[in-house]
Amino acid sequence: MAHYLARRLIIAIPSLLGISIVLFTVLALAPGDPFEELASNPAVPPEVRASLRAQFGLDDPIYARYLHWLLAMLQGDWGFSFASRVNTDTLILQRLPTTLFVIGSAQVLALIIALPVGVYAATRPYSVFDQIANTLAFVGFSLPTFFTGLLFILVFSIYLDWLPFVYSDVTATGWRWYWEHIRQALMPIAVLGLFQGASMTRYVRSSVLDMIRLDHVTTARSKGLAEGTVVVKHVVRNAMIPVVTLVALQMPIVFGGAIVTEQIFRIPGIGSLLISAILANDTPVIMAVTFVFACLVILFNLIADVLYGWLDPRIAYR
Amino acid sequence: MAGSTLASPIASPQVRAAQRKHVSPWREAWRRFRRHRLAVASVVILGLMVLLVVIGPLVWQVPINEIDFSAKLQGPSWQHPLGTDDLGQDLLARMLYGGRISLAVGLAAMLVAIVVGVVVGAVAGISRGSVDAALMWLTDLFLSLPQLPLLLLIIYLFRDQLKDVAGPEIGMFILIVIVIGGFRWMPVARLVRAQFFSLREKEFVEAARALGASTPRLVIRHILPNALGPVIVAGTIDVAAAIIAESTLSFLGLGFPPDIPTWGRILFDAKDNIDFAPHWVLAPGVAIFLAVLTINFIGDGLRDALDPRKVM
Repeated sequence: MAHYLARRLIIAIPSLLGISIVLFTVLALAPGDPFEELASNPAVPPEVRASLRAQFGLDDPIYARYLHWLLAMLQGDWGFSFASRVNTDTLILQRLPTTLFVIGSAQVLALIIALPVGVYAATRPYSVFDQIANTLAFVGFSLPTFFTGLLFILVFSIYLDWLPFVYSDVTATGWRWYWEHIRQALMPIAVLGLFQGASMTRYVRSSVLDMIRLDHVTTARSKGLAEGTVVVKHVVRNAMIPVVTLVALQMPIVFGGAIVTEQIFRIPGIGSLLISAILANDTPVIMAVTFVFACLVILFNLIADVLYGWLDPRIAYR
Repeated sequence: MAGSTLASPIASPQVRAAQRKHVSPWREAWRRFRRHRLAVASVVILGLMVLLVVIGPLVWQVPINEIDFSAKLQGPSWQHPLGTDDLGQDLLARMLYGGRISLAVGLAAMLVAIVVGVVVGAVAGISRGSVDAALMWLTDLFLSLPQLPLLLLIIYLFRDQLKDVAGPEIGMFILIVIVIGGFRWMPVARLVRAQFFSLREKEFVEAARALGASTPRLVIRHILPNALGPVIVAGTIDVAAAIIAESTLSFLGLGFPPDIPTWGRILFDAKDNIDFAPHWVLAPGVAIFLAVLTINFIGDGLRDALDPRKVM
């Protein structure tokens, strides 16, 4: 298992490098100058501007700038935010836990919905329950996250007044503090989790449906095992393997949804940081946040690989 | 059959039987598609929506940018069937106009994704070895890119340049279509490659090769038409995904400029007034939802009809 994991980690390095090259090329090709603000300021003489450009290496050839940037990233020097005058890595580290908490809880919620519903629907294909679940799943992943978010605000904050509108600073202490945090996180988690759960339900259903017809399931039944044991031990575990693949492939979409929900509910995470950085032309922050998103996608792919190894031990020894 | 002379009287029932059995593949597909009732209903609803946005602005000739502060933030009425926004502009006119752009972006981005995906998948599928490996590495790299952050980044960085070259509306349209399509071709490429792998070993391809068909002819005449079913299904679903992508960009304020009211842009303008003008949020949201839902159902129906393997 350790050997298998090491191999997967080594495979992840070229894709990270590839992503960093793509990112850097896009930024380098783009027009727009971080020193534009200084250029229009008459109090700054052109010589100062030129020396600043030289100091930040903006006049070097593109490959030199890339290597320079990559080395700095590896050394943990992630640059300095032009807009908020703070180190980029502190800015990101402040906000990353919030994003991870929302995405992680949404995944758990999606799994809690998708597993039982998908399995139950697949064991009774074309029944009324299956058809209702299938239709609801279609509705679920056809509803864009930005619209569900607004609908939730409309229903739960404005009409019913149960939950707070957007994120705000929590002033309470003790248990009350946790309660307030959970209350304001409920809607974003539900928006993301329901969206993800809808497509996951369809994956689980079709995968279980493929698995339940196989011979080893019939054998397990004819041995006299209880139906529950057959489904849980012989069907679901095997059926999860393709589901893990599809869910891992969906991770970039999930992060997209996270950016949208962070924007709607004003969650202080890295998604809303990205949007505000883009609007402020804050290149180092944009670069770093996009790179962190890329790392997160690759991290979740690695988690999927570990899950494969656990679900299907043959993969780890191949 | 009236005027033809049969070779022998015995042959006639067999000929008739064969004729009755011969159903064109498209008719067979239509028969299977019809059984998916929600898909058929979706075709009707989507057709109505397309008709509405195509013909609607010709019938409902209220200008989209007529500002009237005396009628701002009004709910639905006879004068403004969908109400008005914070500048008193008629929402129905804006929705109809925006629908044209949202649907056109969906279709055009799908075409970009399909063309790139089919070319990459076909080249990878027909050539073995290093070309295939390199193209698949590229596909996997694109699959693991964080799409929305990159989309936002590219559009933010390049929109002013394209605006200068092609004008605000066309420039933004081209940029959004290329960027969305450029991030959605990977599943198509994988599908096409997988189809090529199984099809190129089939007997009919071998027969064509034995007859001296060149590789391009093999690909275009013999393999590609047989690989098209899953591609059509993927293309349908891509339209829905592209509509969502465009709306997301506009919703984040980084899509079309404010004077071009796509559905996502209307929703972006509406979201800060959600507490006192819910009608403004509901109209574009429901339109996006209905378009995406019906397209997804049609894709599901097409999968039943065209994809005998039924992957998902």
